[in-house]
Amino acid sequence: MGSTSSTLLKIPNVEVLMQETGFSPAHIIRLHDRFKALDKKGRGHLCPQDFGAIKELAMNPIGDRIIGAFFSPGKETVDFHTFVKILAHFRPVDKNRPKEPNSPEPINSRSNKLRFAFQLYDQDKDGKISRDELLKVLRAMLGMQVTEEQLESIADRTIQEADLDRDDAISFEEFRKVSPEILHSRCFIKAPVIMLMERDC
Amino acid sequence: MESYLFPFDSLICMLLGISFTVLFTLLLVFIIVPAIFGVSFGIRRLYMKSLIKLFEVSELMLSMSVILQRGGAEPEFDMSDIFYFCRRGVESIVDDEVTKRFTAEELESWNLLTRSNYNFHHISTRLTALWGVGVLIRYGFLLPLRVTLAFTGVGLLVVLTSIVGLFPNGRMKNYLSDKVHLMCYRICVRALTAIITYHDSENKPKNGGICVANHTSPIDVIILASDGCYAMVGQVHGGLMGVIQRAMVKACPHIWFERSEVKDRHLVAKRLSDHIADKSKLPILIFPEGTCINNTSVMMFKKGSFEIGCRVYPVAIKYDPRFGDAFWNSSKFGMVNYLLRMMSSWAIVCSVWYLPPMSRMEGEDAVQFANRVKAAIARKGGLADLLWDGGLKRGKVKEVFKEEQQKLYSKVLVGNIWPTFSYEQNIESV
Repeated sequence: MGSTSSTLLKIPNVEVLMQETGFSPAHIIRLHDRFKALDKKGRGHLCPQDFGAIKELAMNPIGDRIIGAFFSPGKETVDFHTFVKILAHFRPVDKNRPKEPNSPEPINSRSNKLRFAFQLYDQDKDGKISRDELLKVLRAMLGMQVTEEQLESIADRTIQEADLDRDDAISFEEFRKVSPEILHSRCFIKAPVIMLMERDC
Repeated sequence: MESYLFPFDSLICMLLGISFTVLFTLLLVFIIVPAIFGVSFGIRRLYMKSLIKLFEVSELMLSMSVILQRGGAEPEFDMSDIFYFCRRGVESIVDDEVTKRFTAEELESWNLLTRSNYNFHHISTRLTALWGVGVLIRYGFLLPLRVTLAFTGVGLLVVLTSIVGLFPNGRMKNYLSDKVHLMCYRICVRALTAIITYHDSENKPKNGGICVANHTSPIDVIILASDGCYAMVGQVHGGLMGVIQRAMVKACPHIWFERSEVKDRHLVAKRLSDHIADKSKLPILIFPEGTCINNTSVMMFKKGSFEIGCRVYPVAIKYDPRFGDAFWNSSKFGMVNYLLRMMSSWAIVCSVWYLPPMSRMEGEDAVQFANRVKAAIARKGGLADLLWDGGLKRGKVKEVFKEEQQKLYSKVLVGNIWPTFSYEQNIESV
């Protein structure tokens, strides 16, 4: 596989990246290989079509939303650093992280994971999940399997339960309150060799 | 007491006798005869396709069960359900079918072999039942069948090669030896239910060259040798292995080294070069790595084989771990243990790529040449687009699968939500 240090050296600012994301050198190399494999034209960045070429992602009901999460508004490309930073959301939570008062919150904190999920719903990025946005997600996840009325009932009931300030939308704080158990065994990824599966986030 | 067990006794004997005869006939017709002639009924591929479908379904059920396990009697829609789909999506971004199958320790789709899923616990009765049936089939039916075949294959190899050895050297002997070797290896392939896809057969190794392949398990030899005739290289063993080796060398010249000779690199190199110089002898099959690695990377190729200065035919072998982990950790398991595990897996699915021949270039030393060959093999076996599904149309699978996910998710939710709604509606109408 070649020496690890030489591959690492080819990636600019890799030290900063490792510190910000908490990935180990082996993880970074693995992700770099993956990035290069996805970047079929070898341009050094990925565009939405590169993600679209992943078959399993195309099969995913919310595949296009996940792809959208990688691209900041207005940007058509994502470079390796951004790629890794977004994926860092899915690292298991570091249970033994010392609480340094001045250091920024790690990307894989509970709060940031929830924020990631929130943004999957809140596509217009106005800080609230409107009834319409909720309906769109429900439609994506359930497809033709349920009727329009059932979808609307589910949406209404969900908003009723979560919306505390009665503005007919769910803000991030309200979202947080409704999803305390959100993280249990669902928010981490277990796929590659080196990312270990942990039962808790 | 004994008198009235008697009629049952003879009945049982009769039943056993009949089932053995039937089994043996089936064996002969469906497995051994095709192996002799090198044809295939396509039973194994059909089997593989059904297994894939089964695994995909069980994987879906397994992952959806996380939602089912959510606390409470009735799962209802939760905003955090989006995480379930999100996780699957991100997993596919980080890994896909090619890179995913990289380790002997983890397996995405729980392929109903407990030994693969280390975090198995009782998740759903249906899955456990499925697993139980799987165990019965694998150990009760497949294993005995395969062991019988294996004994047949090895036995025939020893006997027939000894017979061929009695012939005088010449074209007839070589022809017969080739046929015998191929036939016995094919029986062994069926003994493992190995479903092998050979790519680029026009690059198959020819006489006067060395065939070099990456090494994952002892089975590699059987896989390659059932598609072509090679001269094997190895150390002389005692016991059964030794018997086989001695028999094989009677039919055609293989290269077996005594333990003491292995250390002498010059002797090894000389014997290999002598063999290659003789164009009538078969290409040598060498695994430069020497030990088994778990099919993820092609480790340091030892340079000995590359110093000889002849054409090298690289071959890449890649196993699909969905069907059974072919990796042999020789420090953990002995050979017999390993073979038993192999024979009680569902199947062994792998792909073999024959790469175009390479020769050492001017100014390149053995190590550089070895690395070049190694890189070519790694590129082919690691990053190539592997069509494991044997030809299922990709487009169709895509659409159906999204729908299946939606269906399953809605079953989980709506099956439980709707009664609540109708209750509320009734209240309103009153």
